[in-house]
Amino acid sequence: MKRHSTSRFNVIASPYAVWAALFIIAPLIFVVYYSFTDASGAFTTENVSALSKYLPTFLRSIWFGIVATLICLVIAYPTAYLISQKTENIQRTMVLLVMLPMWMSFLIRTYSWMAILEDENGIINGFLASLGLPRVHMINTSFAVILGMVYNFLPYMIMPIYSVMAKLDRSMVEAAQDLGGSRLTVIRRCIIPMSMPGVVSGITMVFVPSVSTFYISQKLGGGAFDLIGDVIERQFQQSYNYNLGAALSLVLMVLILISMAVMNRFTGDEEGMAI
Amino acid sequence: MNETAIIELKNISVTFGDNQVLNDLNLNIRDKEFITLLGPSGCGKTTTLRIIAGFIDPDEGEVIFDGKSVKHLPPHKRQVNTIFQRYALFPHLNVYENVAFGLRIRRIPEKQIKETVEEMLALVNLKGFNKRNINSLSGGQQQRVAIARALAVKPRVLLLDEPLGALDLKLRKDMQVELKNIQQRLGITFIYVTHDQEEALSMSDTVVVMDGGVIQQIGSPMDIYNEPKNAFVADFIGESNILDGNMLDDCLVRFSGARFECLDKGFAKNEAVDVVVRPEDVDVVPVGQGQLKGTVTSVTFKGVHYEIIVDIGGFKWMIQTTDFHAEGSNIGLYIEPDAIHIMKKSEYSGMFGDYSSFSDEFDELSDPDPDEEEEA
Repeated sequence: MKRHSTSRFNVIASPYAVWAALFIIAPLIFVVYYSFTDASGAFTTENVSALSKYLPTFLRSIWFGIVATLICLVIAYPTAYLISQKTENIQRTMVLLVMLPMWMSFLIRTYSWMAILEDENGIINGFLASLGLPRVHMINTSFAVILGMVYNFLPYMIMPIYSVMAKLDRSMVEAAQDLGGSRLTVIRRCIIPMSMPGVVSGITMVFVPSVSTFYISQKLGGGAFDLIGDVIERQFQQSYNYNLGAALSLVLMVLILISMAVMNRFTGDEEGMAI
Repeated sequence: MNETAIIELKNISVTFGDNQVLNDLNLNIRDKEFITLLGPSGCGKTTTLRIIAGFIDPDEGEVIFDGKSVKHLPPHKRQVNTIFQRYALFPHLNVYENVAFGLRIRRIPEKQIKETVEEMLALVNLKGFNKRNINSLSGGQQQRVAIARALAVKPRVLLLDEPLGALDLKLRKDMQVELKNIQQRLGITFIYVTHDQEEALSMSDTVVVMDGGVIQQIGSPMDIYNEPKNAFVADFIGESNILDGNMLDDCLVRFSGARFECLDKGFAKNEAVDVVVRPEDVDVVPVGQGQLKGTVTSVTFKGVHYEIIVDIGGFKWMIQTTDFHAEGSNIGLYIEPDAIHIMKKSEYSGMFGDYSSFSDEFDELSDPDPDEEEEA
């Protein structure tokens, strides 16, 4: 009986196993293979050892990723809390508004920010000029790059936090008040700890794409703030150096895994959460 | 009575939308008593509790605690604590930290916190559960943690909102005894909300029967069982045969086509009244003896006794008897004077007390899930 149900399970699971093998495991193997071979296919560690000159780019990517993630968290947490306090109808509308920008192409959204931030023809500077105020240089600054990250990835922070908060039991908040908790105490000792699973998945969902993004920095940073994603893209699109590109990707992947592990160590252990 | 009142509710009215939930409610709660708010779903009992806790502001009236109005006092500043219907334990904290929650907010020294938590866990028989995860506990254990957590902050008054509703029958009975013991040992006031009349009778010093946002009767369990004020109370507390009658004179009443001696007086001559006869107070006698005769229409074995439905002149009586009487048999009935209770006519007259449509299943259907109460 047991064996029978196991074999049936295997049959049902097989499409997913094939899927995972084809689109997750095989690409990973290729990444590792290319990382340690040269253009002729011979084994080499040159790709990996060449990475040291990209160290500043790696550090900048991680730094920008951390800053963008923190800003997202600071904006998203109160927003998610406020949404979760509204009546159900208002909640639905507000969630829709949060999701709405994601229905548009990522490229269009980033182009729009160029139009908004530009020096001469930008919407903001045009407005300032019409008021007789001095123009502010915004495009091609680190500010613009981080703004682009925050704008694009904010919904990925709001949604997981909101969905955890919306499910919080009202009576738990009442119990905390009942036991002597003022409004602030209830938030600090009850709502924040209980919403940690949402915070952790929000951080993951913002930090990972922020670190590896390539388009935002090119368009809003004007090439002055090369991120690791841009470097990788160039290896494949311009230099056709698949081996170096793979090595860069591999290291980026490892770095992200390490950051996630570190973060889970700090926030996750006692909460018992999953990403 | 007023001197020892710890909580006074004065002229409390609450309306949710166009639904009047409480209507000019007045209630004095004495210090150290076990008082139960009893009534069907939607009678306003949970709302009353939430007003005392401070979660709802009444539209009118005020709550006096220890002689002072607590009208604008938020829940966290009131000396009352609540046991919530679904316990509302904090899933991110273990048993120890749940119980310590209120103490930590009060910034009590760690050593004292440890003492109090251990003491409370011993009180609710959960010694050694300190490190356990809340989600690994059974319903009964979670309930005990909730009690320990509320009692740890030494409230003057404990509010309990249908605390045993989610437990199975056996556990519920055990917890009833235990709660009563805890209340007596600590000597604090318990305000207990339930729709279970048996629970109310067995635990309370005082029972407050509510319906439609109005208090129907306040009294000791014996009072409300033996001397119900109206047909609603008589029907809600235990089983009752409620008949239309006429007071012929002091201590003489006529119903079901016969005259009966009774102990009630002070009614007008020929005043129309409701007559209550409890099913266990009717003696079954051979036909021809006794004041009434009827035909048995159904018999249910209940363990301790048989519950029989008897047709007497078209009105179905419920009678509990230890002797078996077959369906269709004719029996005589005798009712002693002190088994008859006379009530003034009320808005509830004629609504209850006839067992013609009675079945256990029907009884349960008419008692909807208490969880849905008043939240909408």
